[in-house]
Amino acid sequence: MSDLKTFPQGGVHPSDQKLSAHKQIMVLKLPPVVKIPLSQHLGAPAMAVVKKGDKVKVGTLIAQSGGFISANIHASVSGTVSMIGESTDTSGYLKEVVIINVEGDEWEDSIDRSSDLKKEIVKTREEIIETVKNLGLVGLGGATFPTHVKLMVPPGKKAQILIINGVECEPYLTSDHRVMLERADEMLVGIKIIMKALSVEKAVIGIENNKSDAIKHLSDKIKDYPGITVQPLKVMYPQGGEKQLIKAITGREVPNKGGLPIDVGVVVQNVGTAFSVYEAVQKNKPLLERIVTITGKSVKNPGNYLIRIGTSIADLIEAAGGLPEDTGKIISGGPMMGKALTGIDVPVVKGTSGILIMTKKDAKRELQGSCIRCGKCISVCPLGLEPYLLYQLSNRRKFDRLESEDVMNCCECGSCQYTCPSSLPLLDYMRLGKLEVGKLIRARKNN
Amino acid sequence: MLSTRTVEDMDSLMLSSIVSLSAIGFVSASVLFVASKKFKVYEDPKIDLVEKLLPGANCGGCGFAGCRNFAEAVVKAGKLEGLNCPVGGSSTMIEVGKVIGIEVVVCEPLIAVLRCNGTKIHAVAKVKYDGAQNCVVAHSLYSGESGCPSGCIGLGDCVRVCQFDALYVDELTGLPVVDEQKCVACGACVKACPRNIYELRPKGPNGVRVYVACMNTQKGAVAKKNCEVACIGCMKCVKVTDSKSVSVNNQLSYIDTKVDACVHGPALIGCCPTGAILGVKIEGNKSVKSESHS
Amino acid sequence: MTTKMLTVSPSPHVHGDFSTQRIMLDVAIALMPAFLVSILYFGMGAIKVTFIAVVACMLFEYLIQKFLLKVPVTVTDGSALVSGILLAFNVPSSIPTWMVVLGALVTIGVAKMSFGGLGKNPFNPALVGRVFLLISFPVDMTNWPRPRLMDFSFADAVSGATALGKLKEGLMMGETVDKLMVDIPGYLDLFIGNVNGSLGEMSAMALLIGAVYLLMRRVISLYIPLSFILSVVILTGIFWLYNPSRYADPLFHILSGGLMLGAWFMATDMVTSPMSKMGMMIFGIGCGLITVLIRLFGAYPEGVSFAILIMNAVVPLINRSCKPKRFGEILK
Repeated sequence: MSDLKTFPQGGVHPSDQKLSAHKQIMVLKLPPVVKIPLSQHLGAPAMAVVKKGDKVKVGTLIAQSGGFISANIHASVSGTVSMIGESTDTSGYLKEVVIINVEGDEWEDSIDRSSDLKKEIVKTREEIIETVKNLGLVGLGGATFPTHVKLMVPPGKKAQILIINGVECEPYLTSDHRVMLERADEMLVGIKIIMKALSVEKAVIGIENNKSDAIKHLSDKIKDYPGITVQPLKVMYPQGGEKQLIKAITGREVPNKGGLPIDVGVVVQNVGTAFSVYEAVQKNKPLLERIVTITGKSVKNPGNYLIRIGTSIADLIEAAGGLPEDTGKIISGGPMMGKALTGIDVPVVKGTSGILIMTKKDAKRELQGSCIRCGKCISVCPLGLEPYLLYQLSNRRKFDRLESEDVMNCCECGSCQYTCPSSLPLLDYMRLGKLEVGKLIRARKNN
Repeated sequence: MLSTRTVEDMDSLMLSSIVSLSAIGFVSASVLFVASKKFKVYEDPKIDLVEKLLPGANCGGCGFAGCRNFAEAVVKAGKLEGLNCPVGGSSTMIEVGKVIGIEVVVCEPLIAVLRCNGTKIHAVAKVKYDGAQNCVVAHSLYSGESGCPSGCIGLGDCVRVCQFDALYVDELTGLPVVDEQKCVACGACVKACPRNIYELRPKGPNGVRVYVACMNTQKGAVAKKNCEVACIGCMKCVKVTDSKSVSVNNQLSYIDTKVDACVHGPALIGCCPTGAILGVKIEGNKSVKSESHS
Repeated sequence: MTTKMLTVSPSPHVHGDFSTQRIMLDVAIALMPAFLVSILYFGMGAIKVTFIAVVACMLFEYLIQKFLLKVPVTVTDGSALVSGILLAFNVPSSIPTWMVVLGALVTIGVAKMSFGGLGKNPFNPALVGRVFLLISFPVDMTNWPRPRLMDFSFADAVSGATALGKLKEGLMMGETVDKLMVDIPGYLDLFIGNVNGSLGEMSAMALLIGAVYLLMRRVISLYIPLSFILSVVILTGIFWLYNPSRYADPLFHILSGGLMLGAWFMATDMVTSPMSKMGMMIFGIGCGLITVLIRLFGAYPEGVSFAILIMNAVVPLINRSCKPKRFGEILK
């Protein structure tokens, strides 16, 4: 096992808890109403192009991309637009949404709904990027960065390797795992398409060793797809982070202070994204549904569901056996980086990888003590920061010093807070530091 | 070993110590003297004069790092536009004006006002927060325990930045309270609050003042769902006065600071259906009742 | 279903199983083998001193927090327990009770609580207590009872100097190492702990067992102990090769005195040691260097406590200058 690769600096081992790893992807029944937020991606919100009363089909464009870094949004159901209004998002703030009353399930004619595998890539590079852009694809790993932007290599740079992120290092989540098992061929064609768009010869699928069935399955399949290899990785959080994954697989280090993977000749895409690229390019299907894990120790039927974007999380929880009695916290995403919800009437968006329900007991944070200067936070930080110091500086509002201690490099993976024996809210205060330092930097730029 | 030394030895030892130490002292003193002459920086003596007049709290309320920096800015500018020491108030500024040869027009004393009345009873918590006790962190995370995206989070960032001990968080209401006697309107809380709930308003004649204790710009029904005493933008307050004194934008009413609280106060407070308008030293605050009962 | 009160907090939402209490408990467990050996050799004296030191340390912590500082009492975190054991391990088993209590007061009151409690003390509390006692009561503190296997009577034991003390004294008189070694316990006795010395420092073997446990539980890392011990070995080795009749060999130096206890349990104290790997190594080397200097050229026969305390003082400086390598840093 010692030949397994991983990133060398930092990292933690949270308990796996992949409760839904062996649950096949099921299709969630259509909800009566969907609320589709206009800001589901990184960058500018999309602008609605439908109005109240409009009839839409599955796949109809309902919102136009609002800038270069932005994405189109399509109707995920057929029916009537009942309102373009506001609804609470995961954090409880109101965000603009398009609300559609579901009527039947009528799809746009342009979408190929057959299930046969289309291996042959006929589209050119430009056509691929154009399709991906038009069909509103974003990274499904969680950061929801518009995919077409990533496919356009900036002038002067060259992509050498495409890394496909099948790490899924967050505990509990299994949606990527299921994609690799159940949609392997489609995903591999998707990878070939991305390789063509980037004109790279080599693609590596990075998978952590706790998903040995996926490693085996894909290792068999890749024989038909030259250029693609599977790289098993040692289990280590946060290996799914772009920078850590690149380091683990290629040994290259993305420069800090705003460096991008392309600076070291790498582009990283999530397995789910590769699958949706296949669907978009070969089947002309916009990003209107995704696979979401519903899990938690107290959940009756943990599982993986194919869900239309905009479906309420409440519907998903219902499908998994209802909200357990002693629920203390509901998290959108994984337990390390996910967001705690203020309520369950929140729509599933493009970036929702999973819903994790925690019991009251697990939801409570441990009582915080005082820093015993053990240095564990330093040894687990994958970015070589000193969380204890950043925490103290941020707590004392010494934001100038905080900046020189590279607080902006923090990727908010939470390893420090996870490991802190005194249960200090290290990351909370580092986030505060990042916010305040961000303000300082912006103020400086404006002057 | 000591016993083998003679008295003469000891004497010469003492003498040499005295001489060498004196020599070191003399050389050091000369170096310091030369340095102080050679590297002296000229400073306008007015800066010292102005600095002496200032309270010396280095609170940053004027927008400068400390009183010294403020004094430097005043003397350099030679005028007082945009420069004010909120702590010292008008009396200090008149004196400062005299030093640089300018007459100062007296302005009204200000006080920090919390424009939120979302107490634990008015804005019932729908979720429980369990994280860093810091408003900025909580604000960036979610909308708040009550669900009101503009309401006070109550984790006391304002209390921590207040240099004058004029703020504390009331355990019963969960809201910070401004101490009228101690607040000098330095504006530190205004800057610290991530939701911009604080406003510096005139203390008013004899401390009588009236204001809208709400910052929620959501639609009436939505705002009311989160907080009983939210401003719902019903315009009644505009009707009892005039559109100059009270303005409603984005379903949120704002009472102009020039409104005479003694004249319009009771009517304004009386007309508000939700009790979002609060008065100080005016009878009839609708929401105070439930506050004291808590 | 909608009336459920959900908790909202920033990520991460899970926490590892590390806790301060667990760390302290692990250290206490790791010290148990050495405690057993000292009971075997020093009998009731060892039990008495350790018990009093632990109780006094915990009691002082409780009283100071409750009545003097009026802060939440955190005596259950186990740090006072560890300080108590370490203090007891650093004194002779024949020391009077009141002295132990006084040492505990200095340990907790002066070295720990006056700086703000756990995590804020710059110096290792148990060592401060020990050095305070050593300087204040040099006679009692260097009156080492002879080990007597399985003797549990309270009878006054025959006392004598430690191996290092004998060596130092002999060398001062102009004797050579070879001649002195005849009178000094052999390596095996030094290893298992059949020697005069402080309560818990004599048995290198028992301490190593504890250290292996701590390493396995990931409470300590190898950086400090290894660099400490290796620097002692290298430095004493150089002197030994240079003049074996004046300087004892490295093996003698690492087995005798408080080096094992110091390197594995005192220098690795999290609060008072550096945070980064590089810093830890510098710290360990510094400790080793000062220990050797004191042992070979200083007035005291033993220098581990002083070495660690001196290096404790430089820790903030080390922390400031030894930054971990930032990921993605462009190296020039």
